[in-house]
Amino acid sequence: MQHHRYDVIVVGAGGSGLMASLYAAKNKNVSVAVISKLYPTRSHTGAAQGGVGAALGNVSEDHWEWHMYDTVKGGDYLADQDAAEIFAKDIIDAVYELEHMGLPFSRLPNGKIAQRKFGGHTKEFGKAAVERACYAVDRTGHMILQTLYQQNVKAGTTFFNEFQVLDLIIEDGVCRGVVAYEISTGEVHVFQAKSVVLAAGGYGRVFKITSNALSLTGDLMSIYYRKGLPLEDLEFYQFHPTGIAKLGILITEGARGEGGILRNDSGERFMERYAPSIKDLAPRDIVSRAIYMELREGRGAGKDKDYLLLDLTHLPRDVIEGRLPDITDFSRTYLGVDPVTAPVPIQPTAHYAMGGIPTTVDGECLANSSTTVRGLYAAGEVACVSLHGANRLGTNSLGDLIVFGKRAGIAAARYAQDAQFEDLPARADGAALDEIERLKSGHGTENAARIRKELQETMMDNVSIYRTDETMSRQVEILKELQARYRNVSVTDTSTKYNTELMEAMELGYMLDVAEAMTASALNRKESRGAHAREDFPDRDDENWLKHTMAYRDLSRPGEVNIGYKNVVLGKFEPKPRVY
Amino acid sequence: MHVNLKILRYNPEVDKKPHWETYNVECEPGDRVLDLLNHVKWYVEPTLTYRRSCAHGVCGSDAMLINGRNRLACKILIRDLTKDGGTITVEPIRGLKVEKDLLVDMDPFFESYRAVLPFFINDDPVPAGERLQTVEDRERFDQGTKCILCAACTTSCPIFWVNGRYLGPAAIVQAHRFIFDSRDKGTSERLNLLNQNTGVWRCRTAYNCTEACPREIPVTQLIEEVKRAIMYQQA
Ligand SMILES: Cc1cc2nc3c(=O)[nH]c(=O)nc-3n(C[C@H](O)[C@H](O)[C@H](O)COP(=O)(O)OP(=O)(O)OC[C@H]3O[C@@H](n4cnc5c(N)ncnc54)[C@H](O)[C@@H]3O)c2cc1C
Ligand code: SF4
Ligand code: FES
Repeated sequence: MQHHRYDVIVVGAGGSGLMASLYAAKNKNVSVAVISKLYPTRSHTGAAQGGVGAALGNVSEDHWEWHMYDTVKGGDYLADQDAAEIFAKDIIDAVYELEHMGLPFSRLPNGKIAQRKFGGHTKEFGKAAVERACYAVDRTGHMILQTLYQQNVKAGTTFFNEFQVLDLIIEDGVCRGVVAYEISTGEVHVFQAKSVVLAAGGYGRVFKITSNALSLTGDLMSIYYRKGLPLEDLEFYQFHPTGIAKLGILITEGARGEGGILRNDSGERFMERYAPSIKDLAPRDIVSRAIYMELREGRGAGKDKDYLLLDLTHLPRDVIEGRLPDITDFSRTYLGVDPVTAPVPIQPTAHYAMGGIPTTVDGECLANSSTTVRGLYAAGEVACVSLHGANRLGTNSLGDLIVFGKRAGIAAARYAQDAQFEDLPARADGAALDEIERLKSGHGTENAARIRKELQETMMDNVSIYRTDETMSRQVEILKELQARYRNVSVTDTSTKYNTELMEAMELGYMLDVAEAMTASALNRKESRGAHAREDFPDRDDENWLKHTMAYRDLSRPGEVNIGYKNVVLGKFEPKPRVY
Repeated sequence: MHVNLKILRYNPEVDKKPHWETYNVECEPGDRVLDLLNHVKWYVEPTLTYRRSCAHGVCGSDAMLINGRNRLACKILIRDLTKDGGTITVEPIRGLKVEKDLLVDMDPFFESYRAVLPFFINDDPVPAGERLQTVEDRERFDQGTKCILCAACTTSCPIFWVNGRYLGPAAIVQAHRFIFDSRDKGTSERLNLLNQNTGVWRCRTAYNCTEACPREIPVTQLIEEVKRAIMYQQA
């Protein structure tokens, strides 16, 4: 076992982790290291396409209050308004700061950062769509990831790349470090730290059709949950309306921002029926449900009528190829369809976790609705501040990474500066070693990949865009069975170097547990709000359900989940019916 | 349809040298090579080892030598390789030490990356808003910004194969991205670095890199532009 000591450890090197490390390291009194299972530039922030929303007003008038309003309304009033206010204000300077770090934003003729329209972003509190998404062609996330990594190289940040975190060391309500597996050698390392920032991204891979990378398996959410600590609002999972049919690869909403139109089998622009004022640029939950309805009512295209069409053919070639080159390439490569001349087959794809590890606006992780876990912070998709409430608006995640990644980094460094290293328990790496031993001992008869496939298919069938008591209760039972089978998994690769089979098996364990918390949370919430749409409870119910879910694993009764609640921080904007 | 996936395998804990293994796999013409590798790993031979993450050509994890050419396994479809079954060969990229099966040691690659000062340099006081940049000035360095650091270019370069000290095309592409950014002030430092004997003059314009790049970056052209910039600077 190798032992390391840093004042601050950041887990994850996507946009949120790299922002946290950069800002933690600006505090010269602390040492900082980043641990990531992927080489930093492989993180999925690099897949983000459309843009980062900020009320710069470069194209038309805009104000942070309008952005805040859209965020709260888009989140179906479940967003915490203190977080939304900090966000909408701070993201403006944060975008300028990215530009100062060299980020190659696309430009307007006057030399300012280019902005375009995106779903749910409006002027004057809902009057009409506004150009708020700051973009770098259609690879904004790629440019954010590259720029932040470059800045970390410049700052000399210490990285432990291809180290997979397997456990958090938390004793007596204080985080003392993390346990990580060095993938290249198979060695387990203990990292002692005064504070830890979790920035490990989402868990889209629990679903069959997803825009998320193979590596997005909810590792740190699950590790947190396994300790009896809560996960907040997991029932809110966003399906993006336009994934490439069957593959789930994303086609940015920017395509509709540039004028793209959704059509059904007969060529009808069906969004006119569902959201008469902003049509194709309605928020994602609404568009995804509309697509689902069109498919269910037999208006899908293709021989199995199982997809719809994103039509860009009325746009000039230079707009499509010039502003959306990557998605043009994806469509040509994976579908053999040229969006300049033919509409692109699409279907909704599992995309983004609104819920996650509950935190304060400074990223401090919550152990319940009021107390924090000392020394532990989280930011980015793994966290739930809650900025996005029941449904995230496009371009608000990249903004979330930048604003709250920075705040978490600063807060973690400030805490570490005054804290002492706390003692580690006797076998700090014990749980991780036991799990590795179990998987490698070769006694089990189950194959991890088969269980994973069943998990993904059943989650897609039972807990996706529309849900009912029946489908979710079924899924609860399925998950118990899959978890029982998981305990009987063993890996055939017994080698120490680059044992990726072992790491994938670990990841399956995380996915199963996150799915458990998610399904229980969704079954419990008896209303429809934002991305959580129940056919048996079709209306929003503010009287009973204007509150955050806190799901705790019952450590004494395996498979059971205890649900608690946390108040929503209300403020400027009173909950109102959500129409577009 | 069925294809034979012929993979060059190597497990350092068991094998003295790499050897071929062939897996007969059922597939659709629209499947990615990565889908086939995943199928083999998940259901046939779980020890098969390679890197992957995004599965759609944006993270740069899975550059491999497929049917003799460097490509991303997730961005090449079966129908682009064969119409009627047959054999598809998969080997690790060349010029970097093979660690296990298709997975190579990327450290030397990233060392070269770090050597060219791959970050924005401009110490002037920052304005309150953004620095302005014209559409044309932004366009000037657009190509290099697409790079995903997959190493397909560098590991297809015959000069790099024989001389690992050559910084290689990917590092030069990164340098180009800053050299031609009107906002950046580190140009002369970078040009001096690339003027050394590990730099651009090693390039013999073989064009392998340009052909290999999955992001369609005109790599050789960018290297030529850097060579010219060095000559202007000296003139
Ligand atoms: C295709 C796509 C397009 C998108 N487009 C947009 C957009 O246009 N605008 C927008 O605002 N949002 C967009 N989003 C959402 C946004 O990109 C993501 O929510 C965001 O990038 C997540 O960033 P992150 O830093 O939280 O995590 P990630 O970037 O996913 O990084 C996670 C990090 O955690 C590490 N990690 C995970 N588990 C472990 C472990 N066990 N041990 C060690 N390290 C670990 C990984 O190595 C990685 O470095 C998009 C998302 C997708 C999938
Ligand atoms: S230039 Fe192209 S081939 Fe080379 S590393 Fe970048 S993306 Fe890969
Ligand atoms: S897996 Fe990301 S580029 Fe292929």
